[in-house]
Amino acid sequence: MVYKLVYENLKHRPVRTLLSSLAIGLGVTMMLALVGVGEGMLEDQANRARGVGADLVVRAPGSSVVGMGSLSMNQKILDYVRAQKQVTLATPIGVHSTGGVSSIMGINYDEFAAMSGGFRFREGGKLTAPDDVIIDDLYAREKKLKVGSLLHTMNRDWRVSGIFASGKLARVMIPLTVLQELASANGKITMIYVKLDNPANTQAVINAMKQDLPEYPIYAMEELIKQFSVNNLPELKAFIGVVVSLAVLFGFLVVFLAMYTAVLERTREIGILKALGAGPGYVLGILLRETVLLAIIGSLCGIAMSYGTRWLIATFIPASMVQAIVYSWWPIASLITLAGAILGVLYPALKAARQDALDSLSYD
Amino acid sequence: MAIIEIDNLRKTFRSGDVDVHALRGVNLVVQKGEFLAVVGRSGSGKSTLFHILGGLTPPTSGTIKIDGQSLTSLDEAGRTRLRRNSVGFVFQKYNLLPTLTVRDNIDIARDIAGRSEPWDATFLEVLELLGIAQKLDRKPRQLSGGEQQRVAIARAIVNQPAILLADEPTGNLDTENSNMVLDLLRHLNKKTGQTVLMITHDPEAAAFADRTVQMRDGELHSA
Repeated sequence: MVYKLVYENLKHRPVRTLLSSLAIGLGVTMMLALVGVGEGMLEDQANRARGVGADLVVRAPGSSVVGMGSLSMNQKILDYVRAQKQVTLATPIGVHSTGGVSSIMGINYDEFAAMSGGFRFREGGKLTAPDDVIIDDLYAREKKLKVGSLLHTMNRDWRVSGIFASGKLARVMIPLTVLQELASANGKITMIYVKLDNPANTQAVINAMKQDLPEYPIYAMEELIKQFSVNNLPELKAFIGVVVSLAVLFGFLVVFLAMYTAVLERTREIGILKALGAGPGYVLGILLRETVLLAIIGSLCGIAMSYGTRWLIATFIPASMVQAIVYSWWPIASLITLAGAILGVLYPALKAARQDALDSLSYD
Repeated sequence: MAIIEIDNLRKTFRSGDVDVHALRGVNLVVQKGEFLAVVGRSGSGKSTLFHILGGLTPPTSGTIKIDGQSLTSLDEAGRTRLRRNSVGFVFQKYNLLPTLTVRDNIDIARDIAGRSEPWDATFLEVLELLGIAQKLDRKPRQLSGGEQQRVAIARAIVNQPAILLADEPTGNLDTENSNMVLDLLRHLNKKTGQTVLMITHDPEAAAFADRTVQMRDGELHSA
């Protein structure tokens, strides 16, 4: 019976119910979108790293495992790596940040293509001239670029010579030598991708290299890919914590205002229930159930809206951001929202439960 | 057998810096199955008596017993139990829950009393008598004032309370509907033996009762 009353109360004020649910849902969406972007971008980064086709990578001393890195490694290391007998191919990569999380990569086109199994060009083709740039299809879509378009970055214009299917380490690639020159870092690279004659020897090769290059982080690709996790990004974890706190506060405020208004609006009805013999617990139970139902509807709205944010990201900024749908966060985000909602209803519910029956019945 | 026993009941309100003596030593005995009307002008104290009998407010002093149970020493929880189990209310403004159907308005009173069994045959007959048996799925806004008051009567008696308290039950109704509601109250009283205590300022309404007492300046007098 109480559930029927709760349901009818929610149905009686459909706009209030809808707006409250959407507002509660926004908190859920905030959490799911943030976690989804974090996971999505790491997953995308991992997929693109896989697309290189290497067995191991040698990075500059002191570089972060999942960071972009910079042109800080001496290119002569490349000669040492190529000299190892199990190495069939080693190609240097230069990374230059172009702001935020965007970067441009310098490659030796033919080597890189050989290692990764070749680019699949949607349009155009390989790097041929010093001012050529190749971009992936997502970047082309986001920036509305075609073959022959000019791309302005690093204070100069580049001609788009090819648009390739995404999944090859970077979204924007230029010749490595040009990148080194522009960054005033001739002879410097960021990392070396290495292909072995037999992937089964990867660990043995790493162990041998580490003997000679003790300061250089050397990872098997699978090991590196496993490092693409939120747990290895303390800043992201801290930011998720901030957003979770905001979502709790958001849920608290929305429910507080919605239920406080509802209690004022239903003063007389609460008086009727009390006249019929309803105790404080009964009244409290009605408002708590109503809040839980609002939080559940809000969470469902929030989950649905997180598909909306994913669509927006995929449609308008597919190269800058990727949002994954992280199912494991559905119950987490819903429970966090519920906690905020229950905190929010406590004061209005206690106020209602303590209302004097006679005063409430006289309320117009 | 007395179902209501009131002895020297007093109620004093504080209004600003002034004490308002709403009840000044009321004495009253109501027998089980009696239909009693309490008449009086506005401000005579009859509503205060109604509120104390219904456990909506405590008395200042005196003794009051309903069905052998003393109300004098009851705390808020005790008065809540009294409203749940021993008293049924019919208000002037009907006081139905607007979001619920007729059926649910009646059922919520049963739910509050912790009863879940289906309505018995006697109660179904009462619904027929009240003329609302065919309107159980309607919301209050789909009913006339007279019909809403009849639903309120059904809700008040669904838990078989010791007393039915009606506060100006015809105050918002026209003559035809007033007579219908009063007839029904009298019929229920005669058919089921339900004790009814009705507060009214209308002598014509009071005429439907077995006995009438007059409330004047916080004191009761035989009419």
